Amino acid sequence: MTAAAETQPGPAASAPSRSSRRSGGGLGRYVLTRFLLIIPTVLILMTVVFFLMRITGDPITAALGGRLTPDELAARRAEAGYDRPLIIQYLDYLGGVLRGDFGTSYTDGRPVSAILLQYGGATAELVLYAIVVALVVGVPLGMIAARNRDRWGDLALRVLAILGYATPVFFVGLLLKLVFSVGLGWFPVAGRLSTGGERTMGSILNPSPFYLLDAIRLGDPALIGDVLRHAALPAVALGLLTGGIFLRLVRTNMIGTLEMPYVDSARSRGVAESRLTTRHALRPALIPIITVMGMQVAMMLGGAVLTETTFEWRGLGYQLAEYMAARDYVAVQGIVMMLAVIVAVSNFLVDVIAALIDPRVRY
Amino acid sequence: MTIPNPAPPGADGGLQGDESVAVQAGAVAATAHAPWYLRLPIVSHLRRSVGLQRGMLIAGLVLVAGLLLTALLAPLIAPYPFAATSADGTAFGTQQPPSAAHPLGTTVAGYDVLSRVVFGTRTAVAVMACAVVASLFLGVLLGLISGYVGGWLDRILVMLADAIYAFPSLLLAIVMSIVISGGQSSAWGGILAAALSITVVFVPQYFRVIRAEVVRLKAEPFVEAAKVIGTPHRRVMGTHLLRNATRTLPLIFTLNSSEAILTLAALGFLGFGIEPTSAAEWGYDLNRAMADATSGIWWTGLFPGLAIVAAVLGVTLVGESVNDLDDPRLRSRRRRKGARR
Repeated sequence: MTAAAETQPGPAASAPSRSSRRSGGGLGRYVLTRFLLIIPTVLILMTVVFFLMRITGDPITAALGGRLTPDELAARRAEAGYDRPLIIQYLDYLGGVLRGDFGTSYTDGRPVSAILLQYGGATAELVLYAIVVALVVGVPLGMIAARNRDRWGDLALRVLAILGYATPVFFVGLLLKLVFSVGLGWFPVAGRLSTGGERTMGSILNPSPFYLLDAIRLGDPALIGDVLRHAALPAVALGLLTGGIFLRLVRTNMIGTLEMPYVDSARSRGVAESRLTTRHALRPALIPIITVMGMQVAMMLGGAVLTETTFEWRGLGYQLAEYMAARDYVAVQGIVMMLAVIVAVSNFLVDVIAALIDPRVRY
Repeated sequence: MTIPNPAPPGADGGLQGDESVAVQAGAVAATAHAPWYLRLPIVSHLRRSVGLQRGMLIAGLVLVAGLLLTALLAPLIAPYPFAATSADGTAFGTQQPPSAAHPLGTTVAGYDVLSRVVFGTRTAVAVMACAVVASLFLGVLLGLISGYVGGWLDRILVMLADAIYAFPSLLLAIVMSIVISGGQSSAWGGILAAALSITVVFVPQYFRVIRAEVVRLKAEPFVEAAKVIGTPHRRVMGTHLLRNATRTLPLIFTLNSSEAILTLAALGFLGFGIEPTSAAEWGYDLNRAMADATSGIWWTGLFPGLAIVAAVLGVTLVGESVNDLDDPRLRSRRRRKGARR
């Protein structure tokens, strides 16, 4: 794949002007190469996870071992095909995944793909809220830290950022609950909706995965408030984690860009210091944020597992923890695979966005 | 994680004269004339630091020292064993608020919170040490071989490392802990399971850094010269390449240590950690404390959580300061009075 990317653009890219041909063909080729790179990544992950999960035995023994007689167990294993050679099972599994079949969970007998569809939306909603919180917190504070480099404000913000990183999501969640739910009573302790809200939401005809979207569609201000009040604490808990990382990133990069000759030249032309920070130095400093955001998706999904467990937010992560506790490893494997695919795809999207913004990003 | 960059050319010449040149010439040359103990990674960083940056580094070192000392002296500091629910024949009682007998209260299972927090340092340090040392060895070894040998082996290893690196590390650790321990286990079994789960996550990071350095160094004249005079491959790898490629390791080392504590706590929180009777583990205690929080019982969760924060904070502060000191763009300068950016 990389070899193909290094060849010259073909006749398809014969645009009139030299510069447009270079950028157009380069971008298209880059996107295609980057897209094709998803395949080996996902394939490797699936292979690794599949064989790792099977080293210890098959899911049926794990879930039901000890509760059934060896004969019954053997019958169940044969029925599910776990007595076949591992490589056949592996190919079978890959074939299933290609058709969108991630297996069937043991504890509730539902296809993993249905579980993913039902709970994926909740996780996506949580992660989106958290990204908003992270950006709102991280970017402005990072700018302030860079402007006040090596003074007290900078130090305080950096310690804050490190604290954000050093505090596990579930501990932030616990503290938020103690202060804002139990202590002050401003926000609900857990869940995505109150009982009344759930009844209203249940009346909607074709619900979208996003509660907020549905609530806005219904135009019920009380319901919108209910959704937001439930989302506030989980979003803050998960968002602060990434917000600290954004803060550090913006700070580091802005310190770099603030020293660039072009900023000096703008300053000598009399551009106001505030404009230098918010325009001249900020824009180039934001590009790494977009790149890092791709990596953050992986971290956020990990964090989402913990946040959802903390706040009983019924998403993929919450479900994953439930299935783990029930030793339902087919479901666990399915959810893990799905999250891996989401990470790979979002990394791809982020790389493409970065390439669109910054013409220097190419293979 | 920012890998230290060389200074941009002409970065306004404000760096401390000879030192900036020395840093660019490589960490080895930077303090070549100092005695050996002053050239150790952390010590040399401490000597180079000034002002607030030095404060952060020292604060981190103090926290880390506190963590290690507590782990070492746990039986002396803790009032009770970590799995005790009674002393002198009287039960502690469950969910007791902080009192003279139990300065931090007792948990829902009747354990003394202070004792569990203190003994938790042992688990954290053990997992941290095992995980980081194991991934250091594996990652450096693989990176050296992959970068030196090159070819198809290199390509496969790079692809594998990239795939694992892109994977949410917590999920990988969960999969690994299922594989290794089937979820729950004894003290050392659980510690090793957690450490190995974390190792798998970290190996790609060491691998990538070392490999990149080795690939760069391989083209240097001194390596070619060594090969020309017939130095065996093992010696080239061990001496010429390894010694020069390990410059960035202290940074990854500290970052990984803090991540190891967080991953261990997360595994414990999800119920994939160590059983409460075999070792004290903060994540597990926090898991049990979540239900308490709803009814306003704050002491069971607050203190294990603070312990995690303090441990991670200490290690991160050290790592962060080391990173900044290695990056000439970020290093604090001794500013002249009244100088303003």
